[in-house]
Amino acid sequence: MELTSNRFKQNASKALVDAQLQKALGNVEKGFIAKRQKSADALPEFDALRDNARDIKNHVLAHLDLYLEAYETKVTAAGGHVHWAETAEDARRIVLDICKRVGARTVTKGKSMITEEIALNDHLTANGIEPVETDLGEYIIQLRGEHPSHIIAPAVHLNKDQVESDFRRVHTHLDAGRDLSEPVSLLSEAREVLRQRYFAADVGITGANFLIAETGTSVIVTNEGNGDLTQTLGKVHVVVASIEKIVPTLEDTSQILRVLARSATGQDMSVYTTFSTGPKRPEDPDGPDEYHVVLLDNGRSAMLGTEYQDMLRCIRCGACMNHCPVYHAVGGHAYGSVYPGPMGAVLTPSLNGIDETGQLPNASTFCGRCEAVCPMRIPLPKMMRHWREREFERNLQPAVARYGLKAWAFFAKRPKLYRLFAGMGMPVLSMMGGASHRFRSLPLAGGWTKYRDLPAPEGKTFQQQWAERQSRKPEAA
Amino acid sequence: MTSNAMNAAKRPQVGLFATCLVDLFRPSVGFASVKLIEDAGCDVHVPVAQTCCGQPAYNSGDRADTREIAEQVIEAFEGFDFVVAPSGSCASMLKKHYPGLFAGDAAWEDRARKFSEKCHELVSFLADVMMVRNTGASLEGSVTYHDSCSGLRELGVREQPRKLLAQVRGADLKEMTDSDVCCGFGGTFCVKYSDISNAIVTKKVTNIDASGADMLLAGDLGCLMNMAGKLKRIGSKVEVRHVAEVLAGMTDKAPIAGGGK
Ligand code: SF4
Repeated sequence: MELTSNRFKQNASKALVDAQLQKALGNVEKGFIAKRQKSADALPEFDALRDNARDIKNHVLAHLDLYLEAYETKVTAAGGHVHWAETAEDARRIVLDICKRVGARTVTKGKSMITEEIALNDHLTANGIEPVETDLGEYIIQLRGEHPSHIIAPAVHLNKDQVESDFRRVHTHLDAGRDLSEPVSLLSEAREVLRQRYFAADVGITGANFLIAETGTSVIVTNEGNGDLTQTLGKVHVVVASIEKIVPTLEDTSQILRVLARSATGQDMSVYTTFSTGPKRPEDPDGPDEYHVVLLDNGRSAMLGTEYQDMLRCIRCGACMNHCPVYHAVGGHAYGSVYPGPMGAVLTPSLNGIDETGQLPNASTFCGRCEAVCPMRIPLPKMMRHWREREFERNLQPAVARYGLKAWAFFAKRPKLYRLFAGMGMPVLSMMGGASHRFRSLPLAGGWTKYRDLPAPEGKTFQQQWAERQSRKPEAA
Repeated sequence: MTSNAMNAAKRPQVGLFATCLVDLFRPSVGFASVKLIEDAGCDVHVPVAQTCCGQPAYNSGDRADTREIAEQVIEAFEGFDFVVAPSGSCASMLKKHYPGLFAGDAAWEDRARKFSEKCHELVSFLADVMMVRNTGASLEGSVTYHDSCSGLRELGVREQPRKLLAQVRGADLKEMTDSDVCCGFGGTFCVKYSDISNAIVTKKVTNIDASGADMLLAGDLGCLMNMAGKLKRIGSKVEVRHVAEVLAGMTDKAPIAGGGK
């Protein structure tokens, strides 16, 4: 997708007046938060599990090279193939080569943010191969020519009536008089349409929630079972995953699984958790003839050893955006990047560079709710602040903000001057505020007074009044 | 309310970090803080070499200026037994963020860490350190309390103000929905992203109004000014005050952004 992160403000302003979107966003706020809370409350060891999950990933990141090699060995031993892709372009080329080699005309896809990151669908389409998204949400946005607005609920920005009209527009072979008033009728219609596509597909492409070094297994979690059909019905199964998805053992996987679904949707477990190790063996009743894993770096190894390394613990549960007041206000598309919300505000600059994405880490109140709910205990606000530091070092912020800040810092570092000016200014401002004690508008304060009144100062500063009070007290001299 | 042990020993010497917003906009909060800390059995000092804790620079990525400001604050306050600020975000800046500014500079890092251990947000200082259970204040009317983000999530300030408010004679606490959700202030965020900030504070004031309380309280003046400004803009009658004003029984001054319509 086209990166429009630096138009975040304009995107956001549009989103704020989009009535359909605002209605849909109400569901994010109401749905996810209470469910996560309920499931976290029901598990006394939830916080201890979060610590464990964090420690597992920290250990992996400290020894990533070793675990990646061990993983590759196991995949190969099971009859699969590992392909190393340094860039998005490499990954696209590898996947296309596999598809071409087996003469694929259509591929089915399980939900995968990584294939969004490498813009795989556009690439396949441009080369005459039709990608078919099989996750309901992904299917809907594919019909609409959109991109996911949320990492686990790609179509969360839409309302049911919008989906109904899309289905009527596209599924013209079905009875025009059919009843689609219930959400479940939309689901069964999508199933019906997609079912035929599975059997026609030559290749199934999925992402991975985990890659297990101990066994060479890739794991996906879904609620619709579409991923299983995608990876077992095609002749070839291609897993596209980024390098930090590695975990050492099956045991580690189950530890992290215990916090993943709870944080994401409030489920104890997702409906389907599917483990794939290599292609179909002679004794297996089904499975693909070929099993490929495309391991994508795309800037991640460069994050190791930097202040952004912790971001590589992310398991893409979406809790940070589900709890983010900015995300609630503007939705995922406003971020103008593949990954929205707080995790996107940290990850996108790592992947795409801060020059093109500086708006994202700035668009946060630092309320800290994302970090408070992140199952992997990723210090998201701290890392957003680090991005602001990188921007500041390189003078990337707007000149007005920079000079304003410097002028303020000049006084903040000179208490005497500061007291002098504050002591002169505040009483005047206070008088200007008059009996209402507030301003509806004030020069230079337009950013504030556009939407709210500015409280007037009470009068003399605290320092002035305190000094007067002390001088009246003889013993305090 | 002062313990016997406290009376016997030397009274704790507290440096009040008034915060820039209290100094400039609402000295009443400073005096309410002084009263509460003195009533808890401490002596209060207000060093003149204080301006701001440095958050505007820190959150804009300007580490060099932040560090200079932090050195100034540490030098001015490290001699006291405790450093108390009537703001969760400023107290958290001193307590949680200062040490990290000096990473790699062993001498300053150690100094900043020792300093940070003395720093407290006002209400948690009263409740958790000085074991104050009742401030002896009274108020006619109902209040609702907004949990400012840094105080809540970085310092764990949640029950302390509610417990002390429960002891204020005549005050009836009416919880609002989502009291722990951000008000949209966020320092410079509220002017840099004014459209988004407005959307967030609009939800907040809707919840405040719906609580049916006469008065909104919180422990951070930035958030209070944001919410008060929005409440007044939409014509709400809810009065807005810092929680210290009510706990100290000092509600004679006009509320933040004035009263009425
Ligand atoms: S940053 Fe944390 S909360 Fe956000 S998606 Fe990743 S793991 Fe989940």
